[in-house]
Amino acid sequence: MHLILFIMFAGLCLAGALNLLLQKHPINSALSLVVVMTSLAVLYLLLGAEFLAAAQIIVYAGAIMVLFTFVIMLLNAGREERTRGSVSAVALGFPAVAAILAVIATVILKAQDLGSASLSDGITSTEELSRVLFHELLLPFEVTSVLILIAILGAVALARRGNGEEAGK
Amino acid sequence: MIPLSWYLLLSAALFALGIVGFLIRRNLITIFMSIELMLNGVNLSFVTFAHQWHLVKGQIFVFFVMVVAAAEAAVGLAIIISIFRARATLAVDRIDLMKL
Amino acid sequence: MNGPLLFLPLIPLLPFAGFLLNGLFGSRLPKPLVTLIALLAPLGSLAIVVHDAYLYWSGALAVPAIEHSAPAWISAGTLHIDFGFVFDQLSLTMLLIITGVGFLIHIYSVGYMAHEEGYWRYFAYLNLFLFFMTVLVLAGNALLMFVGWEGVGLASYLLIGFYFKRTSAADAGKKAFVVNRIGDFGFLIGIFLLLANFGTLSFSEIATKLAANPGWQGGVLTCIALCLLLGATGKSAQLPLYVWLPDAMEGPTPVSALIHAATMVTAGVYMIARNHALFDRSPLALTVIAIVGTATALLAATIALVQTDIKRVLAYSTVSQLGYMFLGCGVAAYSAAVFHLMTHAFFKALLFLAAGSVIHGLGGEQDLRKMGGLRKKMPITFWTMTAAVFAIAGFFPFAGFFSKDAILYAAFLQGTNGKIFWAVGVFTALLTSFYMFRLWYLAFLGKPRSPELHPHESPWSMLGPLVILAALSVGGGWIGIEKFGGFLSPAVGPMPTKGGSSSLELTLSIAAVALAIVGWLIAHLLYFAKPEKPAQLAASVSGPYKLLLNKYWVDELYGAVIVKPILAVSRFLLEWLVEFAILGGLAWLLAGLAMLSGAILQKWQSGNLRSYAAWLAAGAAALLLFALVPWTSVLANFGIHLNLVHFYGAGR
Repeated sequence: MHLILFIMFAGLCLAGALNLLLQKHPINSALSLVVVMTSLAVLYLLLGAEFLAAAQIIVYAGAIMVLFTFVIMLLNAGREERTRGSVSAVALGFPAVAAILAVIATVILKAQDLGSASLSDGITSTEELSRVLFHELLLPFEVTSVLILIAILGAVALARRGNGEEAGK
Repeated sequence: MIPLSWYLLLSAALFALGIVGFLIRRNLITIFMSIELMLNGVNLSFVTFAHQWHLVKGQIFVFFVMVVAAAEAAVGLAIIISIFRARATLAVDRIDLMKL
Repeated sequence: MNGPLLFLPLIPLLPFAGFLLNGLFGSRLPKPLVTLIALLAPLGSLAIVVHDAYLYWSGALAVPAIEHSAPAWISAGTLHIDFGFVFDQLSLTMLLIITGVGFLIHIYSVGYMAHEEGYWRYFAYLNLFLFFMTVLVLAGNALLMFVGWEGVGLASYLLIGFYFKRTSAADAGKKAFVVNRIGDFGFLIGIFLLLANFGTLSFSEIATKLAANPGWQGGVLTCIALCLLLGATGKSAQLPLYVWLPDAMEGPTPVSALIHAATMVTAGVYMIARNHALFDRSPLALTVIAIVGTATALLAATIALVQTDIKRVLAYSTVSQLGYMFLGCGVAAYSAAVFHLMTHAFFKALLFLAAGSVIHGLGGEQDLRKMGGLRKKMPITFWTMTAAVFAIAGFFPFAGFFSKDAILYAAFLQGTNGKIFWAVGVFTALLTSFYMFRLWYLAFLGKPRSPELHPHESPWSMLGPLVILAALSVGGGWIGIEKFGGFLSPAVGPMPTKGGSSSLELTLSIAAVALAIVGWLIAHLLYFAKPEKPAQLAASVSGPYKLLLNKYWVDELYGAVIVKPILAVSRFLLEWLVEFAILGGLAWLLAGLAMLSGAILQKWQSGNLRSYAAWLAAGAAALLLFALVPWTSVLANFGIHLNLVHFYGAGR
């Protein structure tokens, strides 16, 4: 059962990632990225990370990708125009994927004592996770709120129409 | 029952696809999505190792990566909007102001 | 230090304070204040020296008083050098001369320099000189002495070139400086040798070590002594380095009196006397000193015979008299040398100051041939000058008689060589008497030769020091060498008296005085009774006359043999090798390298985001590959063993 689920969603994930690369229009790439993230959420569940699966769907597939889609629509970014070298880039790109994958795979496969995963492994509960997060890692957690605040301020400052001197008008 | 290395290989594949996407695509937004793809690939290996060593902290790491990715997406997309306003294009080859 | 307070550091520091005050603020201070500062500084030093001298003679002081707790200067390993001063009979004598004569010359300068530009600058330099000179004589170790030694050279350079708008003055300053460098080089080598062989630079410790090892003779000690002698010949204007002193007369006359007659040029004699323990062990070095001294005395006296510039005559006579002092050192009669140093300081300072008074009265005229008949116009200058002339010519009972006689007597007792030295010395005394009386006749007697000059007597600020120095020139030698030698012997050893007797001494004295009178008579004949005679004489022996007039062409010889080749080599090194090849080549090389690397790196900095990303990815891939390759085993194949943890296997 685990195997079937893994093959299904891993295949979906890879197909989505490939589609992201091959699509010419950004909106298609964005939608394939949503596919990748959703299937990853299932894989997280398979590995027993239930909170992360939920967060993956809500934060990534929900919030971030919606943001992307908004921007794409806002800018009305059209198809990528073909330029000189883009064909050769694609021609070089996939061997490059193979090469990088080969290098990393060698490292991974060298590791002997990796275990295996099955459905019966149990799930890391959200309670367990939050206990660690709010006890041991409380300060980093709170610091992230500052980070997000700064990011909001920065995004507002950057995306505001016009520059600083025009804001006063 | 599947070995964890499969998950790791999947994560590596996602990461490699992200790198190549970053390199070959010319649309700024697609490039930015490739970065997200790489982050997701890394996240998957974090979760895998958290499962391997039965450590909750691996998952919490992913949580923090998500937070940072969200912040990064907000700021990055704001930058893309300003660039588009200034240059009216999203093609990175045209955005070469970094050269003095 | 136990015992009464000596205030030794204050002796140099007071003039130094004067130098700082006048040197930094002198241009803005009113002239009377500059004068006050300039005079108070040496007066304060003189007062301290007199106070210390009183302590010494009242017996309240154990000499030599050496400052053991002086602040450290250099402390490295076993080498320890401090700012320690030493106070003994020798430094007391020197200090009395320096501060006493120095103070008189300061007073004199107030009158002499009254209308000069750069009045404050002059006094700042003069105070600086006193500072370094007192450091030189007070120094308890060779390195501190070297500081004073170099410092007086600097002050001398600044003062020779005081009228720096005159090219000849600036050149003379440079010449003095460069020639002194040669001597300083020898001195410095000597210091290094001392350090290498004795492990200390303190004079007292060196003397103690020498006393503890009576077997040390010659060899390396000769080497050290000759190096120190080279330094002494530079500073004291002896053969072969005397050439700077006559040119140094370009400076103001009081400077010539203080630095180039009374004090600084005697530093070489002082240095030899200070290190007498060392020189005593090297008969060869002593002989060399005696030969150098005798030869210099004779050579300079012959040149002085025909000079027409009043200051140049005096300059060559200084060189000649310094030769006597070296002869005294060379026959181990250090007390006689220091005795002559003292009387010479009196009468030579007086000669220069009187000459300065003449020059001042004549409005800057220095040529003897244009003077004459000044006796009526400048009576006080005339009478003081007369005292000095009689003193330097060695007439009884003037000061010069006693000291010169002591040196010649000591030389006579030194075996066969000594007899030769004595004969040359006595002949030089005849020449000295001649050229001094020549000067005296030409300047003061006879008829005025230049009616356009209107001589006038100098102000009392100048005449006062003249009168005091005249009194000293007359009576400065009455203490006699026996008493003076006895006073100095703890510091410089006793006078050699082997084989002597009072009747021999008397005979030699009479011979010397008789020769001096002969010199006077010749001068009287040539320059007073028959004033037309000298020109005829010069024409009849034109060869030797020209030789003397051109100072044996020594300057020209040095110029051709040493200066020109060195200049050519330096010019080649500087202009071609350093300037063109090294600096120019290096600059071009660096610039070309920068431009080349810039051109290459510019291509890299494309500004294209994706190319940057590609380079980033390539770098990451390279790192990953580096991690994959098992470097330790690869290197082990080449015989290199690294103690590295193979990082991707280290987790287990």
